[in-house]
Amino acid sequence: MKRALWGLWGGTFVLGLIGVYLRVFVGKEVVGYNSYIPWGLWVAMYIYFVGLSAGAFLLSTLVYVFGVRRLEPVGKLALFTALVTLLSALVTIWFDIGHMGRFWKVFTSFAWQSMMAWMIWLYTAYFILLIVEIWFALRADLASVSRRMDLVGGLARFLTMGRTDASAAARARDARALKVLGTLGIPLAVAFHGGVGALFGVVGARPYWHSALYPILFLVSALASGGALLTFVVAFFWPRRGSVEHRDLVVFLGQITLGVFALDLLLEWAEFSITLYASIPAHAEAFLLVLFGPYWWVFWIGHLFLGAAIPMAILILRGRSVLWVGLAALLIVGSFFAVRLNIVVPGLAVPELHGLERAYTDARLHFDYFPSMAEWLVGLFSVSLGIGLFGLGLRILPIVEVSTREA
Amino acid sequence: MDDIVKGSNDPEESGCESRRLFLRDAGMAAALAVAVGVLEEIGLAPASAYEAPSEKLSETPKPLASPAARPDAEPQNILLRMQEDLRRALKKPVEQRRWVMGIDLQKCIGCSACTLSCNAENNLPPGVVYRPVIDEEIGEYPNVRRRFIPRPCMQCDNPPCVPVCPTKATYKRPDGIVEINYDQCIGCRYCLTACPYSARTADFGDTYTKGTPSAQPYEKRPSFEYGRKRVREKGESPIGNARKCHFCLHRLEAGMLPSCVTTCVGYATYFGDANDPDSLVSELMGSPRIMRLKEELGTKPKVFYLV
Repeated sequence: MKRALWGLWGGTFVLGLIGVYLRVFVGKEVVGYNSYIPWGLWVAMYIYFVGLSAGAFLLSTLVYVFGVRRLEPVGKLALFTALVTLLSALVTIWFDIGHMGRFWKVFTSFAWQSMMAWMIWLYTAYFILLIVEIWFALRADLASVSRRMDLVGGLARFLTMGRTDASAAARARDARALKVLGTLGIPLAVAFHGGVGALFGVVGARPYWHSALYPILFLVSALASGGALLTFVVAFFWPRRGSVEHRDLVVFLGQITLGVFALDLLLEWAEFSITLYASIPAHAEAFLLVLFGPYWWVFWIGHLFLGAAIPMAILILRGRSVLWVGLAALLIVGSFFAVRLNIVVPGLAVPELHGLERAYTDARLHFDYFPSMAEWLVGLFSVSLGIGLFGLGLRILPIVEVSTREA
Repeated sequence: MDDIVKGSNDPEESGCESRRLFLRDAGMAAALAVAVGVLEEIGLAPASAYEAPSEKLSETPKPLASPAARPDAEPQNILLRMQEDLRRALKKPVEQRRWVMGIDLQKCIGCSACTLSCNAENNLPPGVVYRPVIDEEIGEYPNVRRRFIPRPCMQCDNPPCVPVCPTKATYKRPDGIVEINYDQCIGCRYCLTACPYSARTADFGDTYTKGTPSAQPYEKRPSFEYGRKRVREKGESPIGNARKCHFCLHRLEAGMLPSCVTTCVGYATYFGDANDPDSLVSELMGSPRIMRLKEELGTKPKVFYLV
């Protein structure tokens, strides 16, 4: 089973590498998005991954800042998930820009007015903070495995940077550092992911995005999707599956996810109902596209049925079963991609001037977008990169409890 | 010639029937031929209109004396009048110029000569267009009318595309033209989403000869946008960048009108300095027929339409 999973992963990764080759060596010609729908699959994946990252991080603060005891075992896992999903996000968006070699210009231009610039600065700070925080969260455990004479021990010795004191006093010092870092991280993660929502919200030219609710919606959906991801991982990849503690943990995570997801759906309802009720056709156009356009099933089946109705029913009716909660969490986290796609593409799929779609006939000047093969392949690369790093991390770093690993 | 400047306010007179007949009979090729003929006649385009633009762009002929100086003369060709306006504007410091464009929708016949001349002037690849012409059909057969709306960049006074740029690669120049610094642009396409007029397109690196044995010479011709000579190849800018109409800034600075203006078959596109009360565009901007696209947004476009 394990071998089959890794084989599947390897195949996916190789396909992903083909996509990366196409993007880097052939160029942007390989993408399916165009001049009228200039953002597509990769931007949707980017906001999907950063959402997971911000959500996982904010959940980790429940442990390190707010001292929620019941979640303590998943603190490190949440931080590590936040890091890996952030890496996947950054890789995806890097492939998306037209001049990959110029990304550094964002740091030297000081474009104070640009929400995108702010978002990039903030996630850079967030990225650094995550690494430092993970180091403090792992240090004591790294110290205790650093005596092992294998690769894991060697890596641990290297990563402790010589600070191998694993005493209770040293752990307490780490905990204080974690509290400070986590406390700093909360406004940072809120600003950074609220900033992703604002990036869309400030675009007044697109009525679908131009909503003050967007930064809030993004934060809540980050918590919902990040919480679901963490619930799924803990349910199926935890070392001591079957124990009472494990069940309690999964059930509690499932409840958090359910609550936050319900709030997310409420905000979504607000967004849709207000605009549609207002009966200003120009403002409602993109919403109608989501509901009844050619890709109606992304919303109705992908998001509402598979991603909301079924998992919520499971969480309510079978909320005390690890297996069911894990499955519901998987459905939520997977289908959240439908939500992300439905944020990016419909906002762009409505012609800003009527008749524009027929004004000039060109393969890149139209409003029908479906991702190209190369886009899907690069998407596979980002996903498999994240899964690979995650699997590797679980194997060589003391991310889940050390005692169980040594047993 | 006078009626060309004033335009016709009577929709029946410039009726759709005759327009449609003209389109059918003359067709776009003829329209283009006329356009090139006009250009050659007034000396704006060399006989080799399709060759790489000479780098000595400023050696265009001097316009005739101004109408004021010769009151009894025939009404002047409006292209010559506008070129004179342009030269007057160029004598002023750049921050005192305010370039605006006017498009008379009653005169536009939808021939798309402006679109094509723009493509040729700026060497635009597939997927990039600076001045499409929106073709609207009003009514149902047999009671159909058509309306054409050329859509260049509006060069907004409050451009929504500018603040969103994460690298300050796009900005409003002192003369009001919104410029893109191709070497600074990272190609994130945020500005494309922010423009309410879809005036920006992205250069994905496509070529017209993709899938054919070899690239054609016209694809390796340099373009002179923003006054810099660039050959579009090897992923270098402008490939990977956001692109848009810039009122042919490189031509303006060389004393030439934008290529869409000089190519317009029906003299439907006007250009000049709105800060100059004597310019043709200043006269036209007082017309009650003026409207701007999406005026309610407050972006203050510097492209106005005479409806």
